[in-house]
Amino acid sequence: MKKAIITVVGKDTVGIIARVCTYLADNQINILDISQTILDGLFNMMMITDISGTGKTMGEITEELDRLGDEIGVVIRCQLEDIFTKMHRI
Amino acid sequence: MINIFEVHETNKMIEQENLDVRTITLGISLLDCIDADLDVVCEKVYTKITTLAKDLVKTGEDISLEYGIPIVNKRISITPAALVGGAACKSPEDFVQIARTLDRAAKEVGVNFLGGYSALVAKGMTKADELLIRSIPEALSVTERVCSSVNVGSTKTGINMDAVRLMGDIVHETAERTADQDSLGCAKLVVFCNAPDDNPFMAGAFHGVTEADAVINVGVSGPGVVKYALEQVRGADFEQLCETIKKTAFKITRVGQLVAQEASRRLGIPFGIIDLSLAPTPAVGDSVAEILQEIGLESVGAPGTTAALALLNDQVKKGGVMASSYVGGLSGAFIPVSEDQGMIQAVNAGSLTLEKLEAMTCVCSVGLDMIAIPGDTASTTIAGIIADEMAIGMVNQKTTAVRLIPVIGKDVGEVVEFGGLLGYAPIMPVNRFSCEGFVNRGGRIPAPIHSFKN
Repeated sequence: MKKAIITVVGKDTVGIIARVCTYLADNQINILDISQTILDGLFNMMMITDISGTGKTMGEITEELDRLGDEIGVVIRCQLEDIFTKMHRI
Repeated sequence: MINIFEVHETNKMIEQENLDVRTITLGISLLDCIDADLDVVCEKVYTKITTLAKDLVKTGEDISLEYGIPIVNKRISITPAALVGGAACKSPEDFVQIARTLDRAAKEVGVNFLGGYSALVAKGMTKADELLIRSIPEALSVTERVCSSVNVGSTKTGINMDAVRLMGDIVHETAERTADQDSLGCAKLVVFCNAPDDNPFMAGAFHGVTEADAVINVGVSGPGVVKYALEQVRGADFEQLCETIKKTAFKITRVGQLVAQEASRRLGIPFGIIDLSLAPTPAVGDSVAEILQEIGLESVGAPGTTAALALLNDQVKKGGVMASSYVGGLSGAFIPVSEDQGMIQAVNAGSLTLEKLEAMTCVCSVGLDMIAIPGDTASTTIAGIIADEMAIGMVNQKTTAVRLIPVIGKDVGEVVEFGGLLGYAPIMPVNRFSCEGFVNRGGRIPAPIHSFKN
């Protein structure tokens, strides 16, 4: 399994999760876990996903999510999980 | 499983606190390029570098994109050029031809700097070493990306004062040769004592002869992250201060370790070391000086500065060594002047002097770095400053370095602009009393008594 963390940060609005999930479903990216909260006054969502089934490269996913974020008016990032586990787990 | 707050913390470090991996440096041995014919040497050097490093920049960019962490520089270090060109070069001009070849290779693979136009002369100079050193002013004025360093002393061997004296002239001549660019050539020239073989940071990087054929070394950074963490413990005692620095250094270094392992795996080149350095940039919030001020100084240079820096340097190492299997290079806090907004402000405010900077170099990595001095400073005085710094390194069994820029045509009170990561610097006053009689003696300063450990 190859895990990627997708984060969405911005002003809360209707349909953010729906649009991100639609994109992920269209690209065979499986969502393993979702959490959301308000941090520093902004809507924050984090998804742990499995990207091993997608035919796209990380570069393509990152770019397309970036564009989707622009359309919705939020910042969407997709990063491989290792950077977080390495930093926060011994 | 990782939680949203941890993800948020990491991304905040990257987006707001300037966390980055400062450099992936590919060390390449050029010992197998040695030949008696200069054209053959140049061809072999060019081919080896452009073959081994052809995917370096692309790999760095891919890793950066996939993990969402900026990797600022992709660089190359090579075997000291005096060794590579020794058999073929009969004049300084011959060495310059090697420098031009290195510059072409660096441009071809897209790295911004290539280090290792170097000579190791801690005890004595071979003919080739001397020819290379004498070629440095021209080499640095006709190339763009080549960086040069000369190791003139070590704890084991003492200080080669002939080389120190010569480097006084060479620094000055390099400044004159590049006078039209505010003596920028000197920003690419470092004089070392106890130079490490695996330093990934420029301008002093070279690939030591004890290293493998090729190796990946990574330099991490993150002064802004440490500063932000310390803002959360204002007024706390030293124990809590130290704990906070250690934890932050651990986190920063883990990112470097991840990037190093990935780069090593993707390029099929062994991982060497992580250099645990707090390397500032001229960007606001990316400053070592600001950390020292957060620790409690009104401005860097105030009494207490050396103690605060000693503490910072030690805690960065303690946190960092836990995070990586192999630590090396320079590892510590860098205190360049022109590359650190807080240092520049301290010089302008009159709180930071050359003498205080010298004291600070006793307790942190490296030395007098990126300091602009008046262009009319005598080359014997430059040699004297180098000698002082080398003595600190020799006696304290640590690396020290000097990267001074005598800015031709400018004097104290003026500002010199280097641009980019090199920043800008106010020209600092230098002690006007002469040390000519001292540096002109010739010969070597013997190794200190505590170096005899066998």
